[in-house]
Parts: sequence; C-alpha cells; structure tokens
Amino acid sequence: MINNDKIKIENVNLYYGEFHALKNINMNVKEKEITAFIGPSGCGKSTLLKSLNRMNDLIEGVKINGKMLLDGIDIYKDMDPTMLRKRVGMVFQKPNPFPMSIYENVAYGPKTHGVKSKSKLDEIVEQSLRSAAMWDEVKDRLKKSALGLSGGQQQRLCIARAFSVNPEVILLDEPTSALDPISTMKIEDLLVDIKKNYTIIIVTHNMQQATRISDKTGFFLHGEVVEFDETEKLFSMPKNKKTEDYITGRFG
Amino acid sequence: MESTRKSHFNEKFMQAIFFLSALASVIAVVAICLFLLIRGVPAIGEIGFMKFIFNESWKPTNTPPSYGILSMIVGSLYVTGGAIAIGVPVGLMCAIFLAEFCPPAVYKIVKPAVNLLAGIPSIIYGFFGMEIVVPYVREYFGGNGFSVLSASLILGIMILPTIISISESSIRAIPYSYKEGSLGLGATKEETVFKVIVPAAKSGILTSIILGVGRAVGETMAVVMVAGNAVMPIDKIRLLKPIRTLTTNIVTEMSYASGLHESSLIATGVVLFVFIIILNTALSLIKAKSLRN
Repeated sequence: MINNDKIKIENVNLYYGEFHALKNINMNVKEKEITAFIGPSGCGKSTLLKSLNRMNDLIEGVKINGKMLLDGIDIYKDMDPTMLRKRVGMVFQKPNPFPMSIYENVAYGPKTHGVKSKSKLDEIVEQSLRSAAMWDEVKDRLKKSALGLSGGQQQRLCIARAFSVNPEVILLDEPTSALDPISTMKIEDLLVDIKKNYTIIIVTHNMQQATRISDKTGFFLHGEVVEFDETEKLFSMPKNKKTEDYITGRFG
Repeated sequence: MESTRKSHFNEKFMQAIFFLSALASVIAVVAICLFLLIRGVPAIGEIGFMKFIFNESWKPTNTPPSYGILSMIVGSLYVTGGAIAIGVPVGLMCAIFLAEFCPPAVYKIVKPAVNLLAGIPSIIYGFFGMEIVVPYVREYFGGNGFSVLSASLILGIMILPTIISISESSIRAIPYSYKEGSLGLGATKEETVFKVIVPAAKSGILTSIILGVGRAVGETMAVVMVAGNAVMPIDKIRLLKPIRTLTTNIVTEMSYASGLHESSLIATGVVLFVFIIILNTALSLIKAKSLRN
C-alpha cells in the first residue's frame, strides 16, 4: 500500500530574531505513518514540529518562509490557524491537562468547536478516552479533577483530548520524556495502534523509541535535516557519517 | 577567638531585633482586640445582644435611649454590595485586559494609573464624590444625591486597584502550558482566556474580591462624605436615599458621645471587626483549598 503525502514541507527557513533555527527544510510526511524526528537538543526538531500547527506564532520575533502544505493547502497563507490546529493536534512534552474534571478536559475541544448536545459530548468523551486506552481506568471518576491523575494518565488524557476534535494529524513533542517506562510503553503501544487512523509525527530524544514505533525517521542537526529515510534503513545503514555518529552514540 | 565571640554576639543581637519586629504587629493586633473586647463587649451586654444587633432603632440621645444598629449593618452590606457590583466586573475585565490583551504601549499608561488610584487618600475620593458624583447622581437619577448609589460608586472605584492588581497577577501566574493546550486544540485566544485561564485563576480572583470587600466594608471617610448618613428604617432603604453604615455611624457621633452611647459606638466597631474576621477566615479557606489543588 502506498500512502499519500499528507504534509509537504518545501524550502522552509525559520528565524527566531537573528537566529537561523531551521535551514532549508524539505520533507514529505506520509499519511497514516509514524514519522519520528531525532537529534540533539536545540537541533530544530521541536521547532519544525511546532511550526506544523503554527504554535510558533505565539512566540514573538518568529519569521518563517518557504511552504508548508497540508493536503496541498498552504497552512501559513490559506488556512486559519484555529482551523489548522483542529486538523493538526498537538501533545506536549509535559502533560498539561486543564485544571478541570477529566470529562471537561476532553469535552473542552468539541465545545469550542460548537458541539452543544450533552449526549454528543458524552459520546465524544467516551470514544476519545477509549482511543487513548484509558476509558476503563477513569470511567468511574470522570467528574474528578484531572490533576489527580498520575503523570502517565495525564499524558494519555492529553492524547484523548487531542483526539476529541477529530484531527487528521497528531504532533507529539517528546510525549514520554517525563514518564516512567511502563507509562511510556502504554503510550507507544497506543500510537502504533492508532496510526491506522491518524498521521503521527513524534519528536523524541529516545532513539529506541523511534526504532520501536516509527516508519520514517528524520535526523536533525544544527537546524538542518541531515538524513530522512525509512527508520529501518536510517538506523541500520545510515548514509551520512553524522547520522552514524549520532545513532552509535558518538555525540549528542 | 575574640572576633568569633563578637560575631556571635552580633548574631544574637540581630535575632532579637528581628524577633521584636515580628512581635510588633502581634502586640498591635492583640492590643486592638483587647481594647474592643474590654470597651465594647460590656456595652453589648448592657444593651442586650438582640436589642443591639437585631433592632433598627438607633436613638442614643432619647430617654430612654435605644441602641439598635441593624440598619447600619444592612447599610454596610448595601454599599459593599453596590461597590462589588460596580468594581468587580470593571476591575476583572481590566485585569484580563492588562494580563492578556494589552499592547505594551497602553500597559505603560494603564498600569501606573491603577497604581496611582491605589495611592489616592480616601479624603480625596470623598471630595471627588461630594463635588462630582453626588451632583451628578442628583441631576440624572434624582434624590438629593447623597445616597447608596453615590457611596457604591465611590467605593466601587476605590476597590478597583485591589481587584485589578491581584487578579492580574493571578492570571499571569497561570502556566503557559494551559494556554498552549487550549490553542493547540484550535480554540481562539478569547476562548482560551475566558474558558481556561480565568477559571484557572479563580482562587486569586476570589481573593481579590474578598480583599476588595474588606476595603469597602471598612472605608469611612469617603463614605461619610457622600452617603448622607441618615439612619434609615430598613424597609425605607433605597438606591437614591441616604444611608448610614457601621463605620460612618462611629465617625459621625464619636465627637460628642459619652457613657453608654460612646461604648455602643465602640461596640459598633466590634461588629465591624467580626465582619473583617469572617472575611479573613474566608480568605484563608480559599488559600488552603487552592494549595490542596
């Protein structure tokens, strides 16, 4: 099966003020695959991820040029950021549930997008929590504060929250770096399980994680994509010397 | 050896200074409590608790006199309620604007203005009320202008700085990650602010309101100049009619009161003090609750 390109990144350069954070990035992300971005801190992988749903807009002094296309549409020119973010959801490094009940956390997104009916909201909440594999854990305490959940549960709740607005792409920015190994495993299983429905891009510091779950991997260094290939190829026979040095642990 | 002994002495000496400084406020509050208890409470006993609190007839110079302060209690509640009705929406909106939407150039003007508002002496508020607000109310709303409405307006302005600065800082203290989470779901900035950030800041906002209530309940000078100070039967209290509060009752009569009349005014202070204790208790409950979350 050959999947279509969901996201096309063409000649993208991004500057924080004077700092040239992304240098001439070209990349195609396929539909219903997991794409991993790896690389040392400050290499630009998170920056690229955040620019895919325009979360970088919030930072002052960001300049971006080149093209980013979602299903062929330029997300910086021809798309409203709120609409883009509904289609391209994001899960952050630190679990950030809102200080509300578990139910309200998941219902928040659909409510903002105009879903009013209680039964419809109930349905979305249940479905999203089921997709995040935590319905059974929390179904009896939906009205309890989300801040009472463990770190791993909070992060899965944030994933459920991302599902709630029915996105097409889910961006994850080191979603397991603050979690223990068991919670991490649960989230990895979950991602592999849901990729049949979603296009997933994950930034990770953990190379084993990339090999375990991703179809494609991009290696970033100093704001450039050094190598972008099928995960298996990139880790078994990297074409670039820098990639090889990084994945064999010679630096980073 | 000599020098270590000397520095040891210095340390002890400074500790004592700090301890005494810490003690000063405790001594002050204990002294005030004792004063109120010793001078005010016997008067309540003499008048009778029910006749003092739940009676609206205040005729301290009649024979026989009556010392009921119910209409003053209600008066304080009215003007405070009015101040809250005016000050809270305006102050809260201002705080939200300052914390989330204000362009830096405008912030440089509004923020110092709010701080200045906090520093204006209450007598100036009183004058402003008497010369500007009272005639305005008389002209456009009716009555003689010295009224519940005028007092509420002035108090509403006076509590603005409290509400604005505490609410603003509590809104600013909300983690950036909440904002990211909401915007990341495709919510607009406005939705994010009103549905996530402000609810998350509610304990701070509640704190600001309670401190505002405290200020309004205790304010005397500005109120006495605009409220008209007539003791009204409770069923005759109207927005455009004069009113007397607990504080203004004390200040209008203290200069000529003596004997039980004087003690009854101190007892009025006791009631005011109880109000403040209730507010402080509410405050610490809110703090405890927000810490638990």
